[in-house]
Amino acid sequence: MDNDRIDQIIDKHQGEASSLIQVLLEIQRENSWLPKEILERVSEKLQVSLAQIQHTATFYKAFRLVPKGRHEIHICNGTSCHVRGAQGVIDTVQDLIGIRPGQTDLDSKFTLETCNCLGRCALGPVIEIEGKTHSKMSPAEAKDVIKKYE
Amino acid sequence: MGVVTLTIDNKEVKAKEEMTVLEAAQSAGIDIPTLCHHEKLEPYTACRLCMVEVESRGRVKLDTACSSPVKENMVVRTKTEDIIKIRRTLLELMLSHAPDSRELQALVKEYGADKDRFEKEASFCIHCGLCVRYCAEVKKKSAVGFINSGVRREISFVPEIASKECWNCKECFELCPTEALQTAYLFTVAQISDSPSFELESEK
Amino acid sequence: MAQIKSPEELEKVRQGILSGRDPSKPSISVCAGSACLASGAAEVIAAFKAEIKKQGLEADVDTKGAGCPGFCERGPVVVIYPEEICYLQVKPEDVSEIVSSTIKEKKVIDRLLYVDPSTGEKAVHEYDIPFYKKQMRLVIGDNIKIDPKSIDDYLAVGGYSALGKVIRSMTPDQVIEEVSKSNLRGRSGSGFPAGFKWESCRKSEGEPKYIICNCHEGDPGAFADRRLLEATPHTVLEGMIIGCYAIGAAEGYIFVGDEFPQTVENARLAIKQAEEYGFLGKNILGSDFDLTIKVYIDGGGYVLGESSSLMASMEGKIGEPRTKYDHATDRGLWAKPTVLNNLQTWVNVPLIINQGADSFSKIGTEESTGTRVFSLTGKVNNIGMVEVPMGMTFREIVFDIGGGIRGNKKFKALQAGGPMGGFIPENLLDLQVDYEEMKKAGLAMGPGLIVADENTCIVDMVKYYLTFLANESCGKCTPCRDGLRHMLKIMNRITEGRGQKGDLELLEILSEVQKSAALCALGQGASDPLRASLKHFRDEYEAHIEEKRCPAGVCKVLSTALNI
Ligand SMILES: Cc1cc2nc3c(=O)[nH]c(=O)nc-3n(C[C@H](O)[C@H](O)[C@H](O)COP(=O)(O)O)c2cc1C
Ligand code: SF4
Ligand code: FES
Repeated sequence: MDNDRIDQIIDKHQGEASSLIQVLLEIQRENSWLPKEILERVSEKLQVSLAQIQHTATFYKAFRLVPKGRHEIHICNGTSCHVRGAQGVIDTVQDLIGIRPGQTDLDSKFTLETCNCLGRCALGPVIEIEGKTHSKMSPAEAKDVIKKYE
Repeated sequence: MGVVTLTIDNKEVKAKEEMTVLEAAQSAGIDIPTLCHHEKLEPYTACRLCMVEVESRGRVKLDTACSSPVKENMVVRTKTEDIIKIRRTLLELMLSHAPDSRELQALVKEYGADKDRFEKEASFCIHCGLCVRYCAEVKKKSAVGFINSGVRREISFVPEIASKECWNCKECFELCPTEALQTAYLFTVAQISDSPSFELESEK
Repeated sequence: MAQIKSPEELEKVRQGILSGRDPSKPSISVCAGSACLASGAAEVIAAFKAEIKKQGLEADVDTKGAGCPGFCERGPVVVIYPEEICYLQVKPEDVSEIVSSTIKEKKVIDRLLYVDPSTGEKAVHEYDIPFYKKQMRLVIGDNIKIDPKSIDDYLAVGGYSALGKVIRSMTPDQVIEEVSKSNLRGRSGSGFPAGFKWESCRKSEGEPKYIICNCHEGDPGAFADRRLLEATPHTVLEGMIIGCYAIGAAEGYIFVGDEFPQTVENARLAIKQAEEYGFLGKNILGSDFDLTIKVYIDGGGYVLGESSSLMASMEGKIGEPRTKYDHATDRGLWAKPTVLNNLQTWVNVPLIINQGADSFSKIGTEESTGTRVFSLTGKVNNIGMVEVPMGMTFREIVFDIGGGIRGNKKFKALQAGGPMGGFIPENLLDLQVDYEEMKKAGLAMGPGLIVADENTCIVDMVKYYLTFLANESCGKCTPCRDGLRHMLKIMNRITEGRGQKGDLELLEILSEVQKSAALCALGQGASDPLRASLKHFRDEYEAHIEEKRCPAGVCKVLSTALNI
């Protein structure tokens, strides 16, 4: 994302320091993650200290400071999915692709995320990949699903 | 400027109405332990060590003395059994990070804290935020800040700013009740000097 | 659509919409809620549209994607009007048969009906299905009739008539009086009287005043608030608009995360439509009342649901709670008088205005009036969104509405109130949905109910909540941050077979200190599930510690325990 676009987004929010979170969310919506250079630009334009921006970008759960892989795997770890065995599914997927939630693998193939409730508890444990919901997953089924992605 | 009268540990105390309970107690020579409090900084209410019992308009509650505004006829008790228990456990939690901290040691005996109550932690930081707030509020540099949330929260220097500002300042070092700050700073310096694009201010 | 300039004109517009609609015309409603979409509702809708075109019925049959009626367990849900025939788990393959037999020949297709597992009886209509029978669906009952993306659908079922009534014939004080009289209480679980809050804000001197709809719902395993916003965004808006009129606020916000894209999309669209129709903006329905409402996307994190954290984050700061010495109704958002209410609190407002406070307060119990919408999940047969009158027992919810436990397993506990809530064991299931009763039992009235069966390990569940909070708290104060850190270490130890004598006592001390010393309600409530489980399921802990055994067979040496 180039500086002009960043500036446009910032201008849309009147360059107010109080819009920091909204500005970062909007940038991330387009850029999918927040590289350091972008954070520096935002800090300069909004007159918010880098320390404050670092905290913001790591405090709020929506922000991502590493690039996304080609496939984003969301595994629901809401309580309902948890009591229906989501932990086993998460463990299996972690072992299979070698990363923990919040990380992207070295080949940039997968990004793994867990979430608090996808609102599809009737289908739990649920995995969502690229908008497609895989329902009632057992660890073995989860493995098969993930293996299909290249 | 209005003056209010309150009772702290059975002692009648007169205080200015904009004072906190902590300030009123200090003015009357009553000691309340604090860790995250600093006169030059806004109340932060994070360490919770200064908790006292306040009774005002018939309601009794626990509150942090460092932030609680004084009120006319307020009754404050600074060392009830509950409060001692709270302080003891809080100290024990902090000692799991910084068993050798002198400031913590000074309170250990008074509250009967056991420094081995909880498993030891890798990080020395007890998250009083003195360095972070001092750098932001007094020095206006924000060379050091917090990152993350929950149990992952820690202090972190911003290398670009630290490399310019910290060498000649270091005023926050004295504020830190543990060795966490110096460790973090040394770590940052090591990182910066590793990267060829940075030149430490001191070496210029 | 030109702006509607008066309550009278609103009624004319409504009549216009209704007269253009023939109630005897066949119409197909397919639930387009997130859960049904995930089980293929979009494909079913597409199949209906294609089939109807193929059979040349476009002029004779309406098809719509509707709001979630709650029976997620059997989605995609389809209801055919005017007969109100309810088909469940409909697949695209079923569509041509439905059009040919049900729409054209008025024949019911047996295999798509609900079958009562105990009696084998089939239910043709929604209202015959036991899942719905015991519910009282005042808030969610119309969902399946309404396309959430259509303001006209909402108007057709009487939408915005409460706003019309307020503008036409009520002063702000009268509105507040009505809400106070209805005894509407905060649905976040606080139980705080809404009318009282509104009145304090109205009387406060500061200007401007703000209102916020809290649709954050960070509880893991709860989705009722966000599903409601998704399904019936105009009801939420109508409640908020009436609230602003009463309080004297000129700006309102819906605070919601964007992890459910549908929810945000529907809310934004609804605001746009309401502006076009003149329910928002300047001179609402011709009065001198102006109002803007915006969606505020939150940055994510459970603690943001807490009021001071929520407001700090809306001001662009770190969402850390602070000790409150003023009420938000005097100094809230931007230090201005602010009313923050839960989404379900706002949703009840149009109902109260339409029905009148007297009739509303007859529903439920003396102290807890109206209904409550829960998401019912976990090891229960009928997972979904349910609306029950206050005063119903949890046994009825789990066994009558929820249809009992999956796979005929034994019930163990109902978790209510989320990470700051507690457990209801079998012997307390006759507890009522009631603020006071629940408080006495150490429970909070959060939006989620999660059923645990004999194969659920309570110790593991408590560890799950503590792990959640250890990540999601702000991390500022010692008792919460370090208290959780060490509780979790002990819990990890216990579930990995390394529990020691004295661990439970240590947990108890930590929880006690946390409860009285933490800065905000998150820390103060963080060990409530722990405390409740120690009270009701101590034997499970003892089995883990003394016999190194997990009675439910859940705990193994877990690799993913939070490493701290
Ligand atoms: C940690 C924490 C999380 C909360 N999360 C929510 C939430 O997601 N939604 C909500 O409406 N209230 C939540 N609350 C309660 C709010 O602070 C506030 O009391 C509520 O929105 C007021 O609404 P009511 O009076 O209509 O119930 C939370 C409170 C705490 C302490
Ligand atoms: S109790 Fe927890 S969430 Fe609340 S202020 Fe303290 S650390 Fe933050
Ligand atoms: S000194 Fe008051 S909370 Fe730390």
